[in-house]
Amino acid sequence: MILLETKDLTRAYGGVVAVNKVDFTVESGLITGLIGPNGAGKTTLFNNMTGLDVPSSGRVFYQGKDITGYPAHKICRLGIARTFQNIRLFKELSVVENVMVGLHFKNGNGNRLGLALKSFVRLESEQEQMYRKAMKWLEFFHMEDMAEEKAGSLPYGYQRELEIARALATEPKILFLDEPAAGMNPQETDSLMQTIRRIRDLGITVVLIEHDMKLVMNICDNITVLNYGQKIAQGSASDIQKDPKVIEAYLGTDSSDDDDEDF
Amino acid sequence: MSSIAEFFQHLVNGLTLGGIYALIALGYTMVYGILKFINFAHGDILMVGAYLGLFIFNFLRGNSAIGPWWFVAFLLAMLASMLICALLGMTIEKLAYKPLRKATRLAPLLSAIGVSFMLSNGAAWAWGTQSRKLDYPFDNTPLHVFGISIAPHQILILVVATIMMVALTLFVSKSRMGKAMRATSLDQSTAKLMGINSDQIISLTFGIGSALAACGGMLIALDIKVYATMGTMVGLKAFVAAVVGGIGNIGGAMLGGLLLGLLETFGIALLGIPTSYKDAIAFAVLIIVLLVKPEGIMGKAEKEKV
Repeated sequence: MILLETKDLTRAYGGVVAVNKVDFTVESGLITGLIGPNGAGKTTLFNNMTGLDVPSSGRVFYQGKDITGYPAHKICRLGIARTFQNIRLFKELSVVENVMVGLHFKNGNGNRLGLALKSFVRLESEQEQMYRKAMKWLEFFHMEDMAEEKAGSLPYGYQRELEIARALATEPKILFLDEPAAGMNPQETDSLMQTIRRIRDLGITVVLIEHDMKLVMNICDNITVLNYGQKIAQGSASDIQKDPKVIEAYLGTDSSDDDDEDF
Repeated sequence: MSSIAEFFQHLVNGLTLGGIYALIALGYTMVYGILKFINFAHGDILMVGAYLGLFIFNFLRGNSAIGPWWFVAFLLAMLASMLICALLGMTIEKLAYKPLRKATRLAPLLSAIGVSFMLSNGAAWAWGTQSRKLDYPFDNTPLHVFGISIAPHQILILVVATIMMVALTLFVSKSRMGKAMRATSLDQSTAKLMGINSDQIISLTFGIGSALAACGGMLIALDIKVYATMGTMVGLKAFVAAVVGGIGNIGGAMLGGLLLGLLETFGIALLGIPTSYKDAIAFAVLIIVLLVKPEGIMGKAEKEKV
């Protein structure tokens, strides 16, 4: 079942076409990889699906519903969460508070003045409840001992995991990870792979941008390759590895074999 | 009067004045924390709050003689004035600032100055240019404690200011909406991705800030007269307090306010600065702080992103 898809999605900044008519599909329950050389438009595509950017043309559909141009907070409430390539934690807040922010809208709804008053009056009980929920997510990452530390003071690897924990606290159906293994050593990357599988086992669909090919080829059920803003391939890990266009994009053409150059 | 008693006398006076500055400074600092924008109409909301409080108080007490009902009426008037000013602040944000959020940074600033003029001139037009006095809701004969003379209205100011500041601190640090507010001020776009409606948070911030301004306006009306431009100088000083404490920092605004109140009082009493130069103290402090620690006492120097 297709959970999220883009149709003819284009994002141009002036004359630069960062994403060019891309049809990207995400199957429910799977781990989808989005790869491509630097500047291929991967993060731009992510931004256009998560409400941080609005496509120049084309549509985004989530569960069959057109969500193109929705503001980020609405998209989040529909069950779409993400992390960033450059970590964007609330560095001044504690670790557990970061996760509690992720729980924000899951607790209570209503008009704003009433909401503010209610959130003040129910301070105690609501706080405890949110704290417990947040701690559950920290336990998922074995980070419960660091709950009271400032997020900005954590070691790099933990900051990455905390960002994922915070995204999961919004109870997403689909989680976008932008280069989750960036800057990690091989052991950390292995443990990240386990974590991503555990997240999928929770029933959450995962979409990830990653340059670490070992990680991508190991855990992705489906891979889409972008180059110069265009989709050049889509398929399983073994299909992608054999695809001549992909090999060309990553390695350049072999001088003895340039007959399939298309210009 | 012994010199120790004198010291405590000035301390009480300074804290009273400083408490009011702090309440008003909170509005500047909270808005700045989220929007990086100085709401120059904040001082005029204080004025509207003082007027509304005065009218509602006078209406509620009617022709009754001074007594406990006056005090209740005063508190009710304060609550009503805070509520109306919260709505006023939220409306101003919607009409005058929100449409300019994506414009250059100067545009909302100019809009705020425009709103400020509209409020003060509107008040002069509607309520006249004659200043009015907010009556004390109780017998204000000073009490003498340990050689210090404290007027009951000073106690009221101290108590109300303390309650407001404690409540705000609890709200911001503990409640769900407070957390959302802090998250929004730290990183608005990431907060949005957590499902936080930043428009709603901004609106709430203006509401709370304006309510605190109205409260401060009514408290200061116990000390000075109520008139259409009363908010200008008080507002400017509260702004100075917010900058001195570190703009954007809630604790800083409280500290800056109290500090400014104390400096004004002690400056006149101990350093012999003439009363007519009282207002200059605040701005001298501002200049010194900007020279020595431009980010303010509790502010953090912003790292330039390269």
